[in-house]
Amino acid sequence: MADTAAVSHGHGTGTGLSDNKLLMWVFLGSECLLFGGLISTYLIYRSRFADGPAPGDIFDIPFTSVSSFVLLMSSLTMVLALSALQRGDIRNNRIWLLTTALLGSLFIGGQVYEFTTFVREGLGYTTSPFSSAFFTLTGFHGVHVSLGILMLMSLLISSLRGTLTKERSETVEIVGLYWHFVDVVWIFIFTVIYLVPSPTS
Amino acid sequence: MSDVTELEAPGGSIGVYTRPKANTGWRDWITTVDHKKIGILYGATAMFFFVIGGIEALLIRLQLATPDGTVLGAETYNRVFTMHGVTMVFLVIMPLAAAFANYLLPLQIGARDVAFPRMNALSFWVFLAGGLFLNMSWIVGDAPDGGWFAYAPNTGMIFSPGKGMDYYAIGLQITGIASLVSAMNLIVTVLNMRAPGMTLFKMPVFTWMILVVQFLLLFAVPVITVALFLLLFDRNFGANFFNPEMGADPLLWQHLFWIFGHPEVYILILPSFGIISEVIPTFSRKPLFGYPFMVFSGIAIGFMGWGVWAHHMFVSGIGPISVAAFSVSTMFIAVPTGVKILNWLATMWGGRIRFNTPMLFASGVVSMFTIGGLSGVTHSVAPADTQQTDTYYIVAHFHYVIFGGALLGIFAGFYFWWPKVFGHLLDEKWGKWNFWLMIVGFNMTFGPMHILGLQGMSRRIASYSPGFGFEFWNMFASIGAFIIALGVAVFLINVIISARRARTAPPVGLDPWDARGPEWFTPNPTPVHNFDSEIQIDSLDEFWHRKYGEDEDGRVVRVATAEEVCQDGSATDIHLPSPSYWPVVLAAGLPFIGFGLMYTLWFCVLGGALVLMGIYGWIFEPVDDPDGPHGHGHHADEPTEDVPPEDSVDDEPLETAEEAPVG
Repeated sequence: MADTAAVSHGHGTGTGLSDNKLLMWVFLGSECLLFGGLISTYLIYRSRFADGPAPGDIFDIPFTSVSSFVLLMSSLTMVLALSALQRGDIRNNRIWLLTTALLGSLFIGGQVYEFTTFVREGLGYTTSPFSSAFFTLTGFHGVHVSLGILMLMSLLISSLRGTLTKERSETVEIVGLYWHFVDVVWIFIFTVIYLVPSPTS
Repeated sequence: MSDVTELEAPGGSIGVYTRPKANTGWRDWITTVDHKKIGILYGATAMFFFVIGGIEALLIRLQLATPDGTVLGAETYNRVFTMHGVTMVFLVIMPLAAAFANYLLPLQIGARDVAFPRMNALSFWVFLAGGLFLNMSWIVGDAPDGGWFAYAPNTGMIFSPGKGMDYYAIGLQITGIASLVSAMNLIVTVLNMRAPGMTLFKMPVFTWMILVVQFLLLFAVPVITVALFLLLFDRNFGANFFNPEMGADPLLWQHLFWIFGHPEVYILILPSFGIISEVIPTFSRKPLFGYPFMVFSGIAIGFMGWGVWAHHMFVSGIGPISVAAFSVSTMFIAVPTGVKILNWLATMWGGRIRFNTPMLFASGVVSMFTIGGLSGVTHSVAPADTQQTDTYYIVAHFHYVIFGGALLGIFAGFYFWWPKVFGHLLDEKWGKWNFWLMIVGFNMTFGPMHILGLQGMSRRIASYSPGFGFEFWNMFASIGAFIIALGVAVFLINVIISARRARTAPPVGLDPWDARGPEWFTPNPTPVHNFDSEIQIDSLDEFWHRKYGEDEDGRVVRVATAEEVCQDGSATDIHLPSPSYWPVVLAAGLPFIGFGLMYTLWFCVLGGALVLMGIYGWIFEPVDDPDGPHGHGHHADEPTEDVPPEDSVDDEPLETAEEAPVG
């Protein structure tokens, strides 16, 4: 297995990164364009709210700021999880993985609450180009966070079965790359949707 | 992933998930993860779709051969030209390029396989699933009819109420997953797995062009993914992305589509540029002229390809400033392309040229693509383009670049690398008939379309009235189309008779063309393990440099025979990745999810179950078959090359592959 470990830590590869890690970087590059397309669509449609609620009327910025803070903190706990495992501290690794997953779930919970509130206030998916673009963009991000939570839980199960050891800390690092990316994308989305002054009706 | 420890236990039990072992027969083809077999699968499948797309083309030409054609009704005609475009772009040219990339890329960089062999198999099966799904629309009688560009709102529920555009959107979504997975895999392969000594600027030009194409795919596919999702949501969930009544922008689709669509044009042509950059030096017996310029112009095309998309939209009302900007950027992109054409000509200049069939096709690319490139420059002049838009002049242009450029280049590659893949040459006499029939038929078909277009004949019309002066050239073009078909038939006959003859004829030898690239270090056909031992690369065209040196007077002389330079393929006990059932299982689930979205959600349950089964099988599959061939002693020498990093595939790459459909 030593030789495999060498490969997985990137010794002797052309870039110095392991194949798995490079794969994740390349994939995240592709994801940039996915979110780029969705964010552009939102920007075009943010003031096209037809007869429905306008973005400026409906957003609850303090609430979303709190849930954004929760998501950003989960990046910190992700780093703590990785650093624990790199030190061989399995117990703290598990604690921080679980914390990260819980913070992510809290964010998703906030999104579900936000969506249901909006629908109750008359902003359905089919209400206007703005509503379609808003739900699609934030929904795609939510799906990404959810997949990240699944990855974190897989890591946790792996750890409980005793296979997530210090030698395999790169796996946590790669999931971490994905998790941080999803957080960074949220910074953009949060700025574009909520912080830039929105049109009102 | 949690099974790794158990699996590493020497001789440990691996439970119910064993890996397939077949090395022959259909099981082998279903479960293979060998990049060479996957390349052959890509090629064969694409040729199958090529015949389907070709039949569609012939139907179009039959309909248009005479005025007031009655072969197809208007509705059927729309379906036929839509599916002709979709098939030729997504199911023929792209997978044919993938066939060459898969087979040759690891050989050209001196690697044992691609970085993620199972993901490679997944790419192929997902592509096949998408292709079959798209063509299933013919069987249910509801093929897409909105053009390959599928402009919304025309393709929304109001104007396209059938299931056709759902087949289009879901089918392309599925083939998009295949392209994306393949692009990620090949990028990692090229960046991480090159032979010792092979710096980026010692890579063969074909590998370079494929690398550029994979980056284009990596960034272009997600854009059309977004567009297709928006269209699907509009059609199926009542979203308002393309509904102008609610204030939606009718140009949104065009922008998203062409931001994907223009890089896509270079995705189609650059592999062919790579192929002929290997063929022309070999048959001119000279090194490629201006290798760095060739590489950088390819990269420049890759970058600039992102800044010209709106030249597809000059008449859509994007405003004079946008038109001017895109007009200029479009003129500029002709520069790196011109650099390439100059370099091919300079490579041939003064060379002792052998006009074997590969070289004939490569010369065909240089000349025909130049015609297509020049008519492309005429489109960049916006006022002229205003007259040309939606006429046959455009049809003429893009067939000159895609048929005359991409497809002829792929045929050059067929003839050039056939001995590498199958161990025997294709027949030269039939090959020359193939070339001349295709090039004559091609010019007869598409040359007159320039004239028809300038005379004002519109694209996408099912019939035209007599008396406009369209009759002669349309009949002429239709005759040409059947000559192309004859040329393709000659190719298929050539494949069969050459294979028959090879059974009794002596083997082709190691170096039939006096070639230059590292892929020729292996015997023909390539043994299953590719290289016996790692090759050391000291220069571009390493293979040629080991065969030739200089004498005292500085003249080039032969210093070694191919037999002395090539490996004999006799190595045994080399550790190879085991085959796997799961890529095909996973891929098979996707079309069912598609049917589920269109008809009844029960299909989604079935498809989802297959996908889940594929994922779990994939994860819990033993990293390698303990009974299979092992060569662990071999590993220690060459850790990078020898261990397909599949060993360390755990959650992430898998999740990555799986994520593509979701987001």
